[in-house]
Amino acid sequence: MSALVSRGLEKSFDALRVTRDVNLDVEPGERRLIIGPNGAGKTTLFNLICGEIRPDRGSVTLFDRELTRVPSRRRAHLGLSRTYQIITLFPRDTLLRNVMLSLLGLDRLRWSPFVSLGAQRHLAESARRALDRVGLLHLADRPMAHTSYGERRRVEIAMALAQNPKLLLLDEPFAGLSIDERGDVQKLLNAIPRDVTIVMIEHNMDVALEFAERISVMHFGEVVVEGTRAEVVANPRTKEIYLGE
Amino acid sequence: MTGRWLGLVLALVALAALPAWMPGTYYVNVSSQILIYAVFALGINVLAGYGGLVSLGHAGLFGIACYAVAVSLAAGAGHLAAILVGLAVTLLGTAVFAALSLRTTGIGFLMITLALGQILWGLAYRWIGVTNGDNGLTVASRPAPFGFSLETATAFYYATLLTFLLGVLAMAVFANSPFGASLAGTRDQPRRMTALGYNVWMIRFYACMFSGLLSGIAGILFVYYNQFISPQSLSLTASAEVVLMVIAGGTGTLMGPIVGAALVVVMKNVASAYIERWNFLLGAIFVAIVIFMPEGLVPGTVRLLRWAMRSLAGKAVPAGGDGGR
Amino acid sequence: MNLTVVLAINSVTLGGLLFLLSAGFSLIFGLMRIPNLTHGSLFMLGAYLGATFVIWFKLDFWLAATLSALLVALFGGIVERFLLRQLAGQQQAQVLVTLGIAFMIADVCLMVWTGDPIAVETPQWLVGTTNLLGVVFPVYRLAVILIAVAIAVVLWLLLERTRLGAMIRAGVDDPEMARVVGIRVSRLFTVVFCLGAALAGFAGVIGAPILSVYPGLDFDMLPLALVIVILGGTGSLLGSFLGSFIVGFIYNFGQALLPELAYFVLFLPMLLMLLLRPQGLFGRHVP
Repeated sequence: MSALVSRGLEKSFDALRVTRDVNLDVEPGERRLIIGPNGAGKTTLFNLICGEIRPDRGSVTLFDRELTRVPSRRRAHLGLSRTYQIITLFPRDTLLRNVMLSLLGLDRLRWSPFVSLGAQRHLAESARRALDRVGLLHLADRPMAHTSYGERRRVEIAMALAQNPKLLLLDEPFAGLSIDERGDVQKLLNAIPRDVTIVMIEHNMDVALEFAERISVMHFGEVVVEGTRAEVVANPRTKEIYLGE
Repeated sequence: MTGRWLGLVLALVALAALPAWMPGTYYVNVSSQILIYAVFALGINVLAGYGGLVSLGHAGLFGIACYAVAVSLAAGAGHLAAILVGLAVTLLGTAVFAALSLRTTGIGFLMITLALGQILWGLAYRWIGVTNGDNGLTVASRPAPFGFSLETATAFYYATLLTFLLGVLAMAVFANSPFGASLAGTRDQPRRMTALGYNVWMIRFYACMFSGLLSGIAGILFVYYNQFISPQSLSLTASAEVVLMVIAGGTGTLMGPIVGAALVVVMKNVASAYIERWNFLLGAIFVAIVIFMPEGLVPGTVRLLRWAMRSLAGKAVPAGGDGGR
Repeated sequence: MNLTVVLAINSVTLGGLLFLLSAGFSLIFGLMRIPNLTHGSLFMLGAYLGATFVIWFKLDFWLAATLSALLVALFGGIVERFLLRQLAGQQQAQVLVTLGIAFMIADVCLMVWTGDPIAVETPQWLVGTTNLLGVVFPVYRLAVILIAVAIAVVLWLLLERTRLGAMIRAGVDDPEMARVVGIRVSRLFTVVFCLGAALAGFAGVIGAPILSVYPGLDFDMLPLALVIVILGGTGSLLGSFLGSFIVGFIYNFGQALLPELAYFVLFLPMLLMLLLRPQGLFGRHVP
């Protein structure tokens, strides 16, 4: 059983084909890196996997469960979480409340208009644990507006981790971080247990290559090279379209 | 915190004793009007404040409740039955209203609710067989729950006050509930909310229903207060007045719509008594508030007070997020 | 004369007037992404101004119409420049401001022109009927239809054949992109707003002999423009052209056949469109 399988994923916007015939096989527990130049279709691929956009053709399977017709919101309940390249947190809320919203998304309690959210100790506790995992517990009650960019990136990850996903999609988690912050995020990702499968898009090769076990190189919407870290780095096509630029 | 509780208790005492300290029946009636519109504004605020969806058609929902009660009574139903029919029909109407208008959000929502409000107004105006058209329908008597007649201004005031307090309580519970948080999340980051596993459409739909329920309750109070209903109450002006109450007071706050309702109702009464230019005033205030105080009067004042306290105390007051919630 | 024929003539005439009203409404919506809720008020304002020029100042009807259109355009320009501009990018606030202004216009008109309807006479040389393909056709209505079609053609040429039109189309398609390629979108907003206001004001005057001028005309016309744009799609000239005639027919036949439910029937196609094709017949975006 694979954690994530995609078969023949295609998506066009008007005349522009953003992904073509993307086939992925990610094993459970694997750390997969997806690289490629800007506009290669990486983020579109993520959006197809989590259902934010519908493919024109092709299928997505999560742990043998066919997802293609499953609405985006249900996929979160099936163990699929993601972070965003452009930060999309809840700016008026505190860090704690951001993570609580993430937990609430999978909790039946989210429909309840009669109880107080503040009184839900178990949610607050889980949220604090998630913040602790990313080293931000001390900022739990700070409003999102008063945090740094690097902290926000980590809150993104905390929100995804809080949902206890089986498959975690990370869209450029290192983008815009300082060297110190990169080190922190790297440690944090390394500490994620193996029962979470991770697929990551990243531009920053130093940190990303170290993290990845298998790498898929995308170019013009296609996966052109795929293999282990050593294989991909050695492949001349990779150098040509990505590393050499 | 104690200051807040003290304020609440004082406000409750003042409201409970209001008929005693108001100079006359007219003022008691204006107070009832304020409370009725406050309930209506609370309903609009569910969507505009917490859901980020500004409706310009809610007077239609309010009107459905009014007409349903008036028509039921005219058909010989008792008060309880009429009220229940009123609520049921309003909820049904709201469901259709929501299903259509939630095809879009933002400006699209605003536009479609406006059109739907106009349809309901048009029905009230033209469907003479049921609504008696422009002449409106009268309601012969007010109910007497548990043998307590509401015919006097004071008695009706207390019934309205009780309903109002229940409405505020419901709103307070709702705003702090997980569902309230979910709704606010769909306002700020709908895409993110979907990815987190929320059914954004359904959340908005339920919010519409809650909003419609409060509007319907306000409508029922209104039709019994006036003992008359005409298409005027369903007009775009009527919808806009309530939206103005909410944005004047401050969207997404508990007190904002209540303060806004008081402000607009008092101004409307004063304006129609002295200057007859209510529509101009309404429009001018609308423009002024949107341009100069978009956050509304309540958050604006809270901000000023905080600032003043901080300056006086000479030390930092913890920055809580409650002012904007 | 056959009732159906009369209704059909009235429908086409109303459709022509509605096109003048909704074309500007649709372009403003397409470009600025807001429904201009003063649009019905601009129509009414034009009608009152025109009536004043014709009845009190004894001006020629067409001169009055042109003058009113210019004044309404000026007013529209002021609103756009000094009020909407303050709220650039905040569409919701802009819509609420247009609504506030609509209430103010309604009240000022009531104050100046009182609550009594004003009848505007048809220009002398357009009184009477003519025989067109065997149908007796009131000359003035024919003139209104011809003017509407002529303006539609001019607008189409403006949009498709001129630099200004190309910029407007670019702005309707993608305002961000238009800004990136160096189009001064803010100036376009003013131009289109004035143009839309002028058309609405002009329509108000030439509609006056048919509809007369009365308080409430503004909010009678606004929903029609709204329905047309939802039907035709925002920013689409063809959409508002077709939508206008559809609404013209439904309005007249609805009034005659189902007077009690006429208003409801009028909105029915809009509701269907929302359910089946929310971007409208020719629209690119869901509003």
